[in-house]
Amino acid sequence: MGFADFFKKKGTGSIAKDRLKLVLVSDRAGCSPEIMEQIKNDIIGVISKYIEIDLEGLDIKITQTESETHNGTVPALFANIPIKDLKSSKK
Amino acid sequence: MGEVIVVTSGKGGVGKTTTTANVGTGLAMLEKKVVLIDTDIGLRNLDVVMGLENRIVYNLVDVIEGTCRIRNALIKDKRYPNLYLLPSAQTRDKNAVSPEQMKKLAEELKEEFDYILMDCPAGIEQGFKNAIAGADRALVVTTPEVSAVRDADRIIGLLEANEMKQTHLIVNRLRMDMVKRGDMMSSDDVCEILAVDLIGIVPDDENIVISTNQGEPLVGSDSLAGRAYMNIARRITGEEIPFMDLNERNSLFEKLFGKRKKN
Repeated sequence: MGFADFFKKKGTGSIAKDRLKLVLVSDRAGCSPEIMEQIKNDIIGVISKYIEIDLEGLDIKITQTESETHNGTVPALFANIPIKDLKSSKK
Repeated sequence: MGEVIVVTSGKGGVGKTTTTANVGTGLAMLEKKVVLIDTDIGLRNLDVVMGLENRIVYNLVDVIEGTCRIRNALIKDKRYPNLYLLPSAQTRDKNAVSPEQMKKLAEELKEEFDYILMDCPAGIEQGFKNAIAGADRALVVTTPEVSAVRDADRIIGLLEANEMKQTHLIVNRLRMDMVKRGDMMSSDDVCEILAVDLIGIVPDDENIVISTNQGEPLVGSDSLAGRAYMNIARRITGEEIPFMDLNERNSLFEKLFGKRKKN
């Protein structure tokens, strides 16, 4: 990073790059934000039947991951679901 | 046995036709036998970019429909005797040709030519399917803008789905002054996003407009874009050519370089 960069605002080039990365994730997965929201709600519904989960810390998204079979990346559903109370599962 | 290369982009106006004309002419300058095919039926343009618009008698649809033989429709270039153009039809539409027919045509031309370049229309419909049908490899042209890169990503996905053997990226119209101040994505940024190997970076160069006005591709000239296109042609033939150092040039050097070029 150059000396002049200290005084510069974030360039619009990096904004473009960040926006593209986001839009391409849903483009590649063929999945709109609305459908993601529905998937998220359904997952919450299913898991909540058995375990009490932390809805605040919940994170579900489609990301790119390295393919195991061929070179390149493939879309993957990533879900990070913190558990609040595991005891309720052992009724 | 020749190789069929499709030049495609998804988005219109990013430089497919200019790239086809310049890379094709570059390959002819390297003494390869080359034919350029304009597959944009109804919106033909490669003929004017090549400066051959006054020599058209027959076109792609005539060949496909059997109205004439291939050799009767091929137009010899003004400057290079080993370079030919097969122009598109202006008064027909994309459904006049099918992917199977294009594949058959490509197979026939492969017997006689080293390289067959297909100038693909914008979009992902019939015209695109026709252009990629017989292709062995694809050159995806994009500019460093969100709309062009997004469309390029879609095209790359479709090429993969159609089992294209090789796909390479050309970043066109890069403005180094804007990249340096952070207001344009660099070729590395675009490459990282699209995850495809880069085969060329073409700087934004007003000489392209000047050469297109005259109907003479500028490949091989001393201009930045002319050298960039020649490098792409060489890379296609398998030569290993380092990328032009556009990124790291400091402004003082650039000034000196700019002055020297004018003299």
